[in-house]
Amino acid sequence: MREFAYRRADDVPGAVALLGGDPDARYLGGGTNLVDLMKTGVERPARLVDVRRLPLDRIEPTDDGGLRIGATATNSDLAAHPEVRRRYPALAQAVLAGASGQLRNMATVGGNLLQRTRCGYFTDVTAPCNKRAPGSGCPAVSGEHRNHAVLGASDHCVAVHPSDMGVALAAFDAVVSYETADGPGELPLDGLYLPVGDTPHRETALPAGALVTGVTLPPAPVAARSRYRKVRERASYAFAIGSVAAALDVSNGVVREARLAFGAVASRPWRARTAERVLTGAPAAEEYFAAAADAELAAARPLPDNGYKVTLMRNLVVAVLSELAEEAAR
Amino acid sequence: MDPSTSSTVTLDINGEKHTLSVDHRTTLLDALRERLDLTGTKKGCDQGQCGACTVLVDGRRTVSCLQLAVAADEREITTVEGVARGGRLHPVQQAFLDLDGFQCGYCTPGQICSAVAVLEEHAAGWPSAVTDDVRPEAGPPPLTPEEIRERMSGNLCRCGAYPSIAEAVARAAAPARTEDEEAVA
Repeated sequence: MREFAYRRADDVPGAVALLGGDPDARYLGGGTNLVDLMKTGVERPARLVDVRRLPLDRIEPTDDGGLRIGATATNSDLAAHPEVRRRYPALAQAVLAGASGQLRNMATVGGNLLQRTRCGYFTDVTAPCNKRAPGSGCPAVSGEHRNHAVLGASDHCVAVHPSDMGVALAAFDAVVSYETADGPGELPLDGLYLPVGDTPHRETALPAGALVTGVTLPPAPVAARSRYRKVRERASYAFAIGSVAAALDVSNGVVREARLAFGAVASRPWRARTAERVLTGAPAAEEYFAAAADAELAAARPLPDNGYKVTLMRNLVVAVLSELAEEAAR
Repeated sequence: MDPSTSSTVTLDINGEKHTLSVDHRTTLLDALRERLDLTGTKKGCDQGQCGACTVLVDGRRTVSCLQLAVAADEREITTVEGVARGGRLHPVQQAFLDLDGFQCGYCTPGQICSAVAVLEEHAAGWPSAVTDDVRPEAGPPPLTPEEIRERMSGNLCRCGAYPSIAEAVARAAAPARTEDEEAVA
């Protein structure tokens, strides 16, 4: 590991000032991803600014019925919070589906959104990778890609975003707040992640040196009946090969509102707006759920070894929406 | 900014304060083992995947291999050497002994620290990934074998002693339940 300087920030403006927009410096949250990447040499910062103890760990209801989540709240605290579990159960489920108890205690909400892909070529510094070493190529396209993207990828990068939390946040219209030397700003989670295109090394729309300070969830009554379902290669403690966050409001057998987002299929949590449009106003029945999934997945461009994800996601959508519809009918 | 690449930190370990100078690259795991001779905590994968290095930081279970020592400054750390109280083994330790919750023993300190925290997390009402209904109105989930296995999934055991590990955690949880029941009765 490269030697580095370390400073602990006392407050948000202090943290932003300490980083000073230096491209060779990184904010340190829980460290569960960054420290690991520093050990393998993927990240080689000269300076760390520790933001883990900033007073940004609160999770509190907003006046309008939403929720404000501080960036240094841990995954554990988020998943255990009564209002998260009551108003956005799929978010609690998504967080609990990720990592292990130990890692959830360390990891922060801000860090979760900015964690890096676990693509084996990205984490192997001896391999080419357009995300880690722009212009060096993407071996995954013709190599090991069974866990890679089927939506929104490009010939330059087919890596997936590994977050479970982010999938539920995307479904519930989360807005990300950040601070810069020039003042605060906001981005919808949908707009936080940049399209892959030919610049996979540019991952977010955050200004240089910005510090994520929190996430706000607008009120979403539909989210009270929501679910996160994750498919992985073992029963626990593994990244998804496909996941769905879904919420459904059904009245008289008709879908009044639907929320749907996919995980592990794209470079970002994938909000399935096409499927949501098909669902809205349709009968709450399996054939319509399948049609909605098919409409979203029509844009899928699978590689030779990850076509199973298209079938998997279709089945997941149908299963989870059917369960939610059944609950609503009870 | 100070360009220095080392700092003096104070680590509060098992109730005793240790002040030492650490290279910033030092993990809490390496500080415990290599600097403070607290070798109960084990290094397995050194990349946060196996749980052998689990310790409690401010009461929360943590993988010490991904925790920088400098960032643990002034934190309260409990290692496997510190979970016993007043000369008595922790109920989790006693249950691991009674039920052979190990084979080679290398993962055991991490398993024990993790299990100690699992019982506290469960007592605090935290749901898990296998909890049917996470809404607070549903109440805390019973600590079934399935719940124990999910909550302990961050601790790998290459010997595959999982059946007795899960039994030991259940046994350790049982006295607490009995006391509650007695209180109700």
